[in-house]
Amino acid sequence: MSQLALHDATASYGDRAVLGPLDLTLAPGERVALVGKSGAGKSTLLSLMHTHWRQQGVALMPQELGLVPTLTVFHNVFIGRLHTHPGWYNLITLARPFRRDVEAVMPLLARLGIADKCWSPAGELSGGQRQRVAAGRALFQAGAALLADEPVSALDGPQAEVVMTALTEAYPTAVLAMHDLDLALRFCDRVIGISDGAIAIDQPSLRLSAGDLLALY
Amino acid sequence: MRYSPTVRTTLGFIALALLCLWFADLSITTVDPWRELTRLFLGLVQPDFAAVDFVGVAILRTLAFAFTGVALGAGAGLLLALAFRYRLTRTLCAFVRAIHELFWALIFLQFFGLHPLTGVLAIAIPYAGIFAKVYAEILDETDPHPARTLPHGTGWVSGLAFTRISQAWPHLVSYTSYRLECGLRSSAVLGFVGLPTLGYYLESSFAQGRYGSVGALLILFYLLIATIRLWVRPRLLPFYLIAAPFLLGGGMPIMWDNVARFFTEDIIPAPLRRGEGASGLGPWLSDLILHQALPGLWNTLVLTQIALVLTGALAMLLFPLISRHFTGRLGGTAGHLLLVILRSTPEYLLAFILLQLWGPSMLPAVVALALHNGGIIGHLLGQRSNQITLRADAPSGLNRYAYEIVPRLYGPFLALLFYRWEIIMRETAILGILGIATLGFFVNSAIQEIRFDRAMVLILITALLNIAVDILARRLRAHLRLRHSVQAQGC
Repeated sequence: MSQLALHDATASYGDRAVLGPLDLTLAPGERVALVGKSGAGKSTLLSLMHTHWRQQGVALMPQELGLVPTLTVFHNVFIGRLHTHPGWYNLITLARPFRRDVEAVMPLLARLGIADKCWSPAGELSGGQRQRVAAGRALFQAGAALLADEPVSALDGPQAEVVMTALTEAYPTAVLAMHDLDLALRFCDRVIGISDGAIAIDQPSLRLSAGDLLALY
Repeated sequence: MRYSPTVRTTLGFIALALLCLWFADLSITTVDPWRELTRLFLGLVQPDFAAVDFVGVAILRTLAFAFTGVALGAGAGLLLALAFRYRLTRTLCAFVRAIHELFWALIFLQFFGLHPLTGVLAIAIPYAGIFAKVYAEILDETDPHPARTLPHGTGWVSGLAFTRISQAWPHLVSYTSYRLECGLRSSAVLGFVGLPTLGYYLESSFAQGRYGSVGALLILFYLLIATIRLWVRPRLLPFYLIAAPFLLGGGMPIMWDNVARFFTEDIIPAPLRRGEGASGLGPWLSDLILHQALPGLWNTLVLTQIALVLTGALAMLLFPLISRHFTGRLGGTAGHLLLVILRSTPEYLLAFILLQLWGPSMLPAVVALALHNGGIIGHLLGQRSNQITLRADAPSGLNRYAYEIVPRLYGPFLALLFYRWEIIMRETAILGILGIATLGFFVNSAIQEIRFDRAMVLILITALLNIAVDILARRLRAHLRLRHSVQAQGC
């Protein structure tokens, strides 16, 4: 995989510039935590990265999750690999999934603790379950890198641990927007702090403590 | 006291209708209308199911044409909905749905003859235009976020199927099944122009004075529509769809010479055909417009405005019948039954029956339009009123109606009524085929005189009128800030 980079990237809503210009490079195998108070521009930066790097096969797990509420958990996870099958195969799957796909998805769901929900519509699940379905889709996609916006915000401690472990094992290269600073420092090796639409901190996580990051808030 | 814009609009419409009443011919011309009515009533209470094969074929053909036509229309409509952002698609759809099924049938009859294709296309084409519009609206309302998470390289069809169509699926299904019910009515009415569906058998039963058969046909038709949720099941649907095209009946073979002649000769304006060139076109067109289009237009407008106001009045009277704020359990059931009958009887069928009873004038048309459309709006209003929660000490009876319920329902009521304005206009034009001098009358006479060129111009004018009313009603809704709802659209 080639290096992922942004040069002089900016974002604005109408006339108002909300982000940048900023430069950022993501080396393969590098896991970055994006931190900063809400409204600082983390989500904007993530969606900017997605726009620029989408063609290189990055997976996206947005804050609003992007699940299709009428489809089952299986189908929502299967969406992660739509691009690897021809159209007719996907259409048949919509009516009747192939066994080999079910066998591929099931262990993933079991690991995330939602195997029993495999055939429930995503719209009927709780917030925490839905977040795990979105994580399942990202895991199943097995893309070149992961861009995730608050991937465990709706999960309690042990569940958050499970999901973070699964995501970081599957994606050595990732950018994760996090509000839990301890988790961010533990699962990522580089921390980027965003403040007022600019990069305020960019350090290896080994050199930082949660206290250092509180300055951002 | 200053009146609100909605009240002023209402008063304006009522004044206009009263003015129209002045110009309308509403006489009863049959010698003894009550005797006819009694005979029909006796037929309904003593239906004659003896001619089972006759009645059975009528129902079977009605179903077959409805299923085939609606399925084709839905398929084409979905494809068109996906291209609905292009102006060309939108214009095309607006145009095909502005022409009534019966006009399409009259056109196809001229070159396909009594071939099943005539009936199938007459339903499929206008329905495709309606499906395209509503499907596009439904798809537009889906959440765009899932599409953003699709992996790069996902095919167009896969992406669409897994995100937008999957999200919209429940709405697409419910709208399509609602349209199937409309399709049954359209199919039944196509019989009146000669296709082998219910209308055809009804017309011949009337002509032979067999009121027992009329009763049997009508009762079966109501049963069919009232029980539609029981027999239209997702698992049975593939079976119906496969069987339907084989049950359309034989009809006459298509004469391809006729098809060619229709397009290359018949619909070319007469002066051009005779080689008079553009100079002959002016007098031909002005004669057509002055003596047919304008009188037809005038009568269509007059009839529509009267029917619209009567529809509204009837709806306001009928909705308490099914509203829990006014009726008990028993009364509610009876009310539901009445409204089901009113709204499942197509205007055309109702007008046809009333015309047999009262003789030709505008009266049967006005009453038929008001009964059918009033039934539909009354049903929707009643449902809406049941969502209203009143305080515990709210007044009862007339005071509750006037002070609690109607003020809350009046906005939705006007919105629904304006939605039906275009539909009432479409139907008014078509009722002309029965002999009332609206646009349909002149279209039908031109066809009978084998002047297809004139018929095509008149149909075109009717389509433009429908589009104009649609635009006007949309402006009025926006002006009065009446909310939009897809369900309010209808047939």
